[in-house]
Amino acid sequence: MGVLERVRIFKFWKMGESIKERLIEKLLFLLSLSSILIVFFIIVFMLKEGLPAFALGGEFFFGMTWHPATNQFGILILVLCTFIVGIGALVLATIIGIPTAVFLAEFSPEWLRNIIKPCVEMLVGIPSVVIGFFGLMVLVIFIRDTFGGWGESILAGWIILAIMTLPHVISISEDAIRAVPKAYKEASLALGATHLQTVTRVILPNARSGILASLILGMGNAVGETMAVLMVIGNPEIPFIPESVLEPVRVLTSTIVIEAAYMIWGSTHQHALIALGVVLFVIVALLNAITTVMIRKGMVK
Amino acid sequence: MSTIETRELNVYYGDEKVHALKNVEIKIEKNKVTALIGPSGCGKTTFLRSLNRLNELLGATTKGKVIIDGKDIYDGKEDVIQLRKRVGMVFQHPNPFPMSIYDNVAYGPRIHGVKKKELNGLVEESLRKAALWDEVKDRMQEIALKFSGGQQQRLCIARALAVNPEIILFDEPCSALDPVSTAKIEALLRELKHEYTIVIVTHNMQQAARVSDFTAFFLMGELIEFGETKELFERPRDKRTEDYITGRFG
Repeated sequence: MGVLERVRIFKFWKMGESIKERLIEKLLFLLSLSSILIVFFIIVFMLKEGLPAFALGGEFFFGMTWHPATNQFGILILVLCTFIVGIGALVLATIIGIPTAVFLAEFSPEWLRNIIKPCVEMLVGIPSVVIGFFGLMVLVIFIRDTFGGWGESILAGWIILAIMTLPHVISISEDAIRAVPKAYKEASLALGATHLQTVTRVILPNARSGILASLILGMGNAVGETMAVLMVIGNPEIPFIPESVLEPVRVLTSTIVIEAAYMIWGSTHQHALIALGVVLFVIVALLNAITTVMIRKGMVK
Repeated sequence: MSTIETRELNVYYGDEKVHALKNVEIKIEKNKVTALIGPSGCGKTTFLRSLNRLNELLGATTKGKVIIDGKDIYDGKEDVIQLRKRVGMVFQHPNPFPMSIYDNVAYGPRIHGVKKKELNGLVEESLRKAALWDEVKDRMQEIALKFSGGQQQRLCIARALAVNPEIILFDEPCSALDPVSTAKIEALLRELKHEYTIVIVTHNMQQAARVSDFTAFFLMGELIEFGETKELFERPRDKRTEDYITGRFG
């Protein structure tokens, strides 16, 4: 066998179709492994680097004071404020989002839906720093001038986060409402129910799990959102328990961003910040997992 | 005595591009079973749904008159809620709500404001009329979707009866059912016509012959022939009717 022939044997193009197929499959498989590896490395890194902070135990998890200058790393207030901001935003998003979803899925004429829907979707596309900047320039000033205080506040965080959560709440809830079989709607209407009665008594109860899923997912987004929140909530030097919605707060995400800029490498401060990241990650992952389970359950039913 | 009468009834779908019913004129008699037969797409279901204005859900445009108890339901004054209370409907595929047997039957009465203490009696009466009471009386709180297709369809009949209609529309109620369940529903239809006026769409000509007093044959949106069932099946006047019932097309 001459050299030239040998080369030809290894030429990819001359390979049998089945071998080619199998090689490509293997390649795709290897590439898909990369995402597993990335997640794996991130988790291992964070756990390892956060360990010294976790080793503080109750002092870390239940400590009320977060003050790096005096080596105090208690995250309780940060977690609390994160939930205050997240839940409030979610309540706002629910009040606006669910009725919007009901309107879009059930009552809106086609032409109006074709206007509202793209607007809602466009909301997702606005970079969070732009929304945050808008919040800082318009919302914060409005709150300061109208209600007093600093302007940078829980209230501003609620509103900005609600705006960012809204599109997810609306689109998933709308899908859930649309997924309710038409047969139920027809049966209800044929019994002389009004459209509104049909929506409240048959359609919404059947879309319940999907709607709830959209809210939990929205909560996950709200808790994990960083840039826009950072810009409007004030971030006081030492976190404290707020007494009114006009007071500034500090949340997990903003703490990491702000303090990562000046932490000292290898210090407890650095480990504590990474541990904050782990806590954040666990909260968001948990919320996402709940959503996935609920959506899947809803689909099966 | 007729209870439903249509005059120059025309129904269009999708911006009048599809002419689904063409000048249908018919008089449907009280306390009789009237069967609507014809090949798929002939307009029989459209006709049925024009009687309780459920066509409007699908974006249909209706012209002409449908007179029920002396009143045109398309004159713009008719309250569609009241209409659908008087004209009940049972669908092709059993579609009980995913709630308990009791809540399914009680759904209509609750919506129309029937008092709580009257509800139990009404639910029982409706289930008895639908020949389902004995099978479900100890299982009232179980979710309806657990029951067989035939039971679900009888539940849907009970649900329709519970709002006390005068007319009941059946849209191929047995097409998703096995022969035994079908026989039960057919027996039920013969029973129910003493109290209600029944209009039934069916693909099955034997079924039409078995249960109906009158039969209407539709083809391409037109009412070709209408008359007593026996007459129509034994001595069809129109060649197309004859071809259809002898199985030459369809």
